[in-house]
Amino acid sequence: MRSLSHGLAAILLLVAIPYAATAQTRAFVGAKIIPVDGAPIDNGALIVVDGEINAVGARDDIAIPDGAEVVELDSNSVIMPGIVDTHSHIGDVSGGDRSGPIQPETRAMDSINVLSSGIKRALSGGITSVNVMPGSGHLISGQTIYLKLRDGNAVTDLAYRFDDGGIAGGMKMANGTNPMRQPPFPGTRAKSAALVRAEYIKAQEYADKIDNAEEGEAPPRDLGLEALGEVLSGKRMVHFHSHRHDDLMTAMRLKEEFGFRMVLHHTSEAYRVAEEIAEADVPVSLILIDSPGGKLEAKNMLAQSAPALERAGADVALHTDDWVTDSRYFLRMAGMAIRAGMSREAALEALTIRGAEMLDIADRAGSLTPGKDADFVILSGDPFSVYTRVLETWVEGQRRFDLDNEDDRLVAEGGFNALSDDDGNGHIHGHGGTE
Amino acid sequence: MKAMTKTLTVLVLLAAACPALAQDIAVRAGKLHTAPGEMIEDGVVVIEDGRITAVGPADSTAIPDGMLVLESAVATPGLIDARSTVGLSGYLNQPHDQDQLERSAAIQPELRAIDAYNPLEKLVSWQREHGVTTLHTGHGPGEVISGQMLIAKSSGDTVDEAVVRPYSALAATLGEGATRHERPSPGNRSKAVAMLRGKLIAAREYREKMESAEDGKAPPRDLAMDALVDVLSGEVPLIIEAHRHNDIMTALRLADEFGFRLILAGASDAHLLVDEITAADVPVIIHPTMARARAGGDTQHMAFTTAAELMDAGITVAMQSGFEGYVPKTRVVLFEAAMTLPYGASFDQALEMVTTAPARILGLSDEVGSLEVGKDGDVALFDGDPFEYTTNVVGTVIDGRRVSEVRR
Repeated sequence: MRSLSHGLAAILLLVAIPYAATAQTRAFVGAKIIPVDGAPIDNGALIVVDGEINAVGARDDIAIPDGAEVVELDSNSVIMPGIVDTHSHIGDVSGGDRSGPIQPETRAMDSINVLSSGIKRALSGGITSVNVMPGSGHLISGQTIYLKLRDGNAVTDLAYRFDDGGIAGGMKMANGTNPMRQPPFPGTRAKSAALVRAEYIKAQEYADKIDNAEEGEAPPRDLGLEALGEVLSGKRMVHFHSHRHDDLMTAMRLKEEFGFRMVLHHTSEAYRVAEEIAEADVPVSLILIDSPGGKLEAKNMLAQSAPALERAGADVALHTDDWVTDSRYFLRMAGMAIRAGMSREAALEALTIRGAEMLDIADRAGSLTPGKDADFVILSGDPFSVYTRVLETWVEGQRRFDLDNEDDRLVAEGGFNALSDDDGNGHIHGHGGTE
Repeated sequence: MKAMTKTLTVLVLLAAACPALAQDIAVRAGKLHTAPGEMIEDGVVVIEDGRITAVGPADSTAIPDGMLVLESAVATPGLIDARSTVGLSGYLNQPHDQDQLERSAAIQPELRAIDAYNPLEKLVSWQREHGVTTLHTGHGPGEVISGQMLIAKSSGDTVDEAVVRPYSALAATLGEGATRHERPSPGNRSKAVAMLRGKLIAAREYREKMESAEDGKAPPRDLAMDALVDVLSGEVPLIIEAHRHNDIMTALRLADEFGFRLILAGASDAHLLVDEITAADVPVIIHPTMARARAGGDTQHMAFTTAAELMDAGITVAMQSGFEGYVPKTRVVLFEAAMTLPYGASFDQALEMVTTAPARILGLSDEVGSLEVGKDGDVALFDGDPFEYTTNVVGTVIDGRRVSEVRR
C-alpha cells in the first residue's frame, strides 16, 4: 500500500475489537474461487487465519491447517474478493454546506452514522470497502473517508488509516453543472476552474510558508489549506466528479498543473476521450445506469465507456453512487459493463482490485492474495448472473452478512422496517446534486 | 379517441405512401418464447402485413420465399411497459422537455397525453432499442389526478402513427407524492382524498344530468368531467400510484365507493396487503429497482420479493419503468423484470410481467403480449437469456417492421 500502515491498523484492531484477538483458522472449501490476482480455481480452498488470507488454491493442493474449522461450500458457489465501492453516499454522509463552493475543511467522518442500514445494505451487496463521499454540489466539497465495513460503533472503528494513523480518505471535487449555482457559487465552467486554481495556488503558498517558516513563525493554521496541502503532497487522492468530455479534460488539466493524484468519477462521456485518459494515466471510476440523460451533462452517457476505456488501457473501477444505484445490487452494474463489451476479467477487476488501487488500499483489499485481509464474498453462482445471490460477506475473517440470518435477509431483500431512520435521506435532499 | 383506430392509422399510412409500411418478415430463434411457459426450440414466427400469420418449429413452419428472415439465439414477444412517462418526459430533464406533470392544480383529468407525446424522444427510442414495443405512457405521478395516459407502439414518427389507445387510463396519486408541491392545498392525505371524492361525485352528477337532460337542456360540456365520466363508466381505469399501506387501502376503498376499475401502481407496501389486494381482485404495476427506498418516505418498506410474492398469490403483476426525476431519466422494464429473478420469481413469471400480464391489465390481450397467429407482429430479439444483464438485445420488430438493429 502506498500510504496506509497495515501494522498500525492491525494493532488498533486488537485493541478495539476483542474477538479479533482470538486465534481463528477457517478453511472454506469446495467453491469456485475467483482470486482476481490469478485464474479462477474450481473446487478451491481459501484458508483464513486471524482475519488474514493465509492460502488460496485448488483444494487438492492446499493443506488444511490442524484445528481449522472447515466450511464446506456448494460446488456451484463462488468466492470472490470483497467488493470495493469507490464512490458511495451511505451512512447519511455530508460535507460542505451552501456557504460557498470550496470547503476542503469539512470531513465526511464528522457526519457518518456507521449504524445506519446503509452500511448493512452495502454488506448485503458484497461490498466490504467503501469510499464514502460528500455530494458534488461544490467545486471542492470536502474530505472523503475510506471505510472497511467491519463491526464497530464509531466511524473510527471502520476507518482505514494513513501511515501517520490519521483517518484515510480523499478529497471530493466536481466540475460541470452540479457546482454551478447562484453566487458565491460559480456560474460558468471558466469561473469554476479559476476558483479552483486560485485556491490551489493559495494552498501551495501556504504549504511553502509552513515549510520555510522559522520556529514560531508559521502562519496560523488553516484547516482547508492544510487539507489541500495533503492533496498537493500526494497523500490525499482527488476524487473528481466529472461527466462531459471537455470537463474531463479540464479536470486532467488541473491535475497536471498542480500535480495531484486523481481518480475521475462517473465520466458519462469517457468513451469520447478514452485515449486521452489512458495517455494521462488517470484511473476512472465509472457508473453505469439504465438510461442516458436526467441532466444535460449526462445526456450522452453510454455504458460503452467501460469497454472503450479498457481498450485504451485505462484502469477502470465501478461505483454505486448509492443512492443513485442501490449497493444491494452493485453486481448488476458489472453485468451491464460486460453487456456493453467489457471483458469479464476487467469487470471483475473493476469491482475489486482497481477500486482498491484508487483508494490506496490494494495491499489489504481487492484480491484474495495471501497476506491481505480476509475480505470476501460467497455467491450462489456466477458473479455476473442475475440469478446469483450474495450468500455471505466476510470482513477480516468475520461474517458480516449472512443471507440465512433473518435480520440480514430483511436488509438484503427489503420489507417492513428494513431501513434505519437515516438511510438514504441525506444525500438526496441535503447537498443539491448527487451524480 | 375511438376514431383513432389502427385501421385508420394504416389507411393514413397508405395514403401518405410512407416508407414505414409493414414488411413481410420472419424471426427464427434458437429459443422462441411465444408466451410465458411456452417455448419452441428452433422456432419461427412469420409476420405478414403487420400481423403474425404462422408460429411453430422451424422444420414444420414454412417461411414464404423472399421474406426477410431475422435470426437470433432467443426471441420473445415485444415487451410491454405497463406504466411510463417517456415521450412526455424527455431525457434532457430541462423545463422544455418535461410535460409529464402540470403543477397548476391538483386535479386535471382533462389533460390529454396525445397532446404532449413526442414519439421522436430519445427515451422512447431507448425503450424500443431494449425490446419494448408497447408503452403505456402519459402523465406522471405527483398530483391527485395528473392527467390522461395513452398506449402507443414505441415506433412511429407522429403521435397518430404511434398511438394504439389515445386515452387508456387516468393517472392518480395518493400519499406524499400528491402533497409534495408548492401550493397550499392539498396539504395532507385527508384533504387530497376529500378533493378526489368531491370531483368523482361531481362527475357522477354531471353524468346523470347529461343522461337525463331534455333536448337542449344538457349542462355545458366540461372536459374534466368528460374524462372522469369515462372512469366512472368503466371505459378507462384509474391508475393510482400509492406506496404506503394505508394509501393502498384508501385506493381500494375509493374503488369500492365509486366502482371504477382500479390499477395499483408503485405499491411498495403491497407485500403487507396480499390478502386485501387479492380479495379486491386488483392488478399491480410495480418496479423493484427504481423505488429507491428511503427511510421516512412512502417507499421505505419496499421489497425486491414483492413481485414474486404477489404473483404466487394469484395477483396480476406487471412491471413499469415509472417516472424518474433525475439520473437515470428512465428505467427499462427488461431490467426491472430481471430484478425479480433472484428474489423468488421464475423465468416465466418475469416474462409474464412484461408481456401477457400488462397486456391483460391494459386490455390488449387480443393484440400484443404473445406470439400467436392474428396478433401484432411485435418481437424482441436477444443473443441469450433475455433477463441476464450480460445479454444484449439485438433487434426489435414492431408490426412486422424492423425498428431497431442496434445492439443494446
